[in-house]
Amino acid sequence: MNYYLRRTLRIPLTVFAVATLSFGLIRLLPGGPFTQLRVQLLRQGVPAEQVDARIQALQNIRPEAPLWQQYLDYLVGVVQLDLGESISYGAPVLEIIARALPWTVLLVVVSTVLMFVIGVLIGAVQAYWEGSIFDTVFSGSSIFLMAVPYYIFAVIFLFFLGYQFQLFPTGNAVARTVEAGFTLEYFTSVLHHAALPIIAFTIGGIGSTALNMRSNSIQVLGKEYVEVARLRGLSDGRIATRYVAQNAILPMYTGLLLLIGFRLGGTVVLEEIFSYPGLGYYLIEAVNANDYPLMMGCFLVITVTLVVAVCVADLTYGLIDPRISAGDTDGY
Amino acid sequence: MATEADSTDEIDWRSEASSVEMSRRERLREFGRRWIYEPAVIAWADMRTRIGLLILSVYGLMAMVEVFGLWRNPSTNQADPLLKPFETMQFPLGTTQSGVDLLALIIDSTPFILLMVLAGGVWATGIAVLVGTVSGYKGGTVDNIITSISDFFMAIPGLPLVIVLAITFKPENPIFLGVILTINYWAGLGRSIRSQVLSIRESSYIEAARTMGTSTPRILLKDVLPNLMPYVMVNFVLAARYTIFASVGLYFLGVLPYTGQNWGVTLNYAYERGGLLTMEAFHWLLVPIVAIVGLTFGLILVSQGLDRVFNPQVRTRLTGESESIEEESDTTTSGLM
Repeated sequence: MNYYLRRTLRIPLTVFAVATLSFGLIRLLPGGPFTQLRVQLLRQGVPAEQVDARIQALQNIRPEAPLWQQYLDYLVGVVQLDLGESISYGAPVLEIIARALPWTVLLVVVSTVLMFVIGVLIGAVQAYWEGSIFDTVFSGSSIFLMAVPYYIFAVIFLFFLGYQFQLFPTGNAVARTVEAGFTLEYFTSVLHHAALPIIAFTIGGIGSTALNMRSNSIQVLGKEYVEVARLRGLSDGRIATRYVAQNAILPMYTGLLLLIGFRLGGTVVLEEIFSYPGLGYYLIEAVNANDYPLMMGCFLVITVTLVVAVCVADLTYGLIDPRISAGDTDGY
Repeated sequence: MATEADSTDEIDWRSEASSVEMSRRERLREFGRRWIYEPAVIAWADMRTRIGLLILSVYGLMAMVEVFGLWRNPSTNQADPLLKPFETMQFPLGTTQSGVDLLALIIDSTPFILLMVLAGGVWATGIAVLVGTVSGYKGGTVDNIITSISDFFMAIPGLPLVIVLAITFKPENPIFLGVILTINYWAGLGRSIRSQVLSIRESSYIEAARTMGTSTPRILLKDVLPNLMPYVMVNFVLAARYTIFASVGLYFLGVLPYTGQNWGVTLNYAYERGGLLTMEAFHWLLVPIVAIVGLTFGLILVSQGLDRVFNPQVRTRLTGESESIEEESDTTTSGLM
């Protein structure tokens, strides 16, 4: 229990540190902290005397206050879930993000699970029939898959399936005509829109998962305890799942934590290509529009999502590896 | 490394009885045989390494061509627009919508990309090894501090952070760009190196070295690091791959500052100016894609082949190479898995 508690307590600490970093980055942005914002507001026709007040409303920071005061204001805002107001959309940042977050989570979770399951299965079969034609073909294709960035798949899918054959939509998360709700029509529309991004994102990861699983399984298959299990006359199914699969997947599960991080960052490119309205899409839109509040908000929320995801994965690690659940945290 | 220190080790071990002291040249030859010649033979015996090295040398050649200015520089209207690949031998890869020679475009940015990839890989693996070995070997407070710091960096998603940094610093130098792109890549890698060091440090020969009073940097450098080399090599390639993917992706999005055309920028132009909509311009999109995939494919092939050099378990299961080599390297890598 101690471990779980400590692990969970680290979340707010990390979030606090990241919020500090994101504040620091705002201050670092070129042309002084708010020069660009000020120029932009003036250009938009906001009267000069109102500009400071506008900036304060937008960013939650009083531009004329000393640095520590600005920092405190910012942190208080974050704690109150007030991330300021988007300049380009004219709406609270949090509102935009709340709409975007579920789509990003949908992409990342579904594609990561698919990638993991498919990769593990392929890798296991490869290891079992090591040296067979199946193994050679899939090893070759896995290596090739690893060499292709996921957004290349995305672009090619979009080119052929989206534009040339028009089988899939080329933007948005659902068709505009469909009402949100628990209807079959809504779900098919969501799936139809998410299919290409998810497939593109999944394929890119299968190669390395399969290769990992393959080499882990080969090593486990050579271990004495597998031999002993065979001699004891245990069934093949039991050996395959309890002895080989479990020990081969274990090292990969830790890698999964890192993977979630990279994949969560990766949606930025993916969502932009498919014009899929997730966090990454809004991050790029904000960057292009010099919309600093929205940009920092997206950055912060992506990070928090990652922190929570990693923590969940960390906590469930105990379910897979019994050695951890004993409460011995550092493992040595 | 065969330095003075090596010989003292050997004398200690054999005690004064050994009158056969190896000369410097012999030691050098022994070193060359064991660490360069034999791995090279094993690596070359592997098909993957051979093809990988071949691919990489093509890129090396392209960089050379650019450095010595052997191919025309890309410029607009140097040919008819949207020539197909291999339509005229003068422009083997075809041209863009504004009549730029695509081959010239690809060659032109090769040195830039290679430098960036190298910088990213070296930075990511270098810091990771430093952090991982020190924190794993030292333990205690040092370990706690380092682990907390790398946990923090692990908690920041890579690409969004890089995007924010990219607009802040506008990196144009390839080396600086490589470092920025992998700014927090070391954290995760350092973590896994740490866990490997944890198991290595328990092995008997490390303990022996410690008891003999060998200094920590020496143990890390001479006893721990060689065990990690295979892992580090493979991860160097993975970091390099990440650098390529991230840079091209971000150029593609238009987040990184354009310093002339490079593979990512070309991809972006092709994508935004019609490459996506018509078959006519598809080759414009395809050429940078092939350039990117080719480079990562070559890198990965080499690392897969090298895996066999360093990882005898995989090697024997696959082919059963000569016994002597296998036994020798067995002693160096057995602590790993």
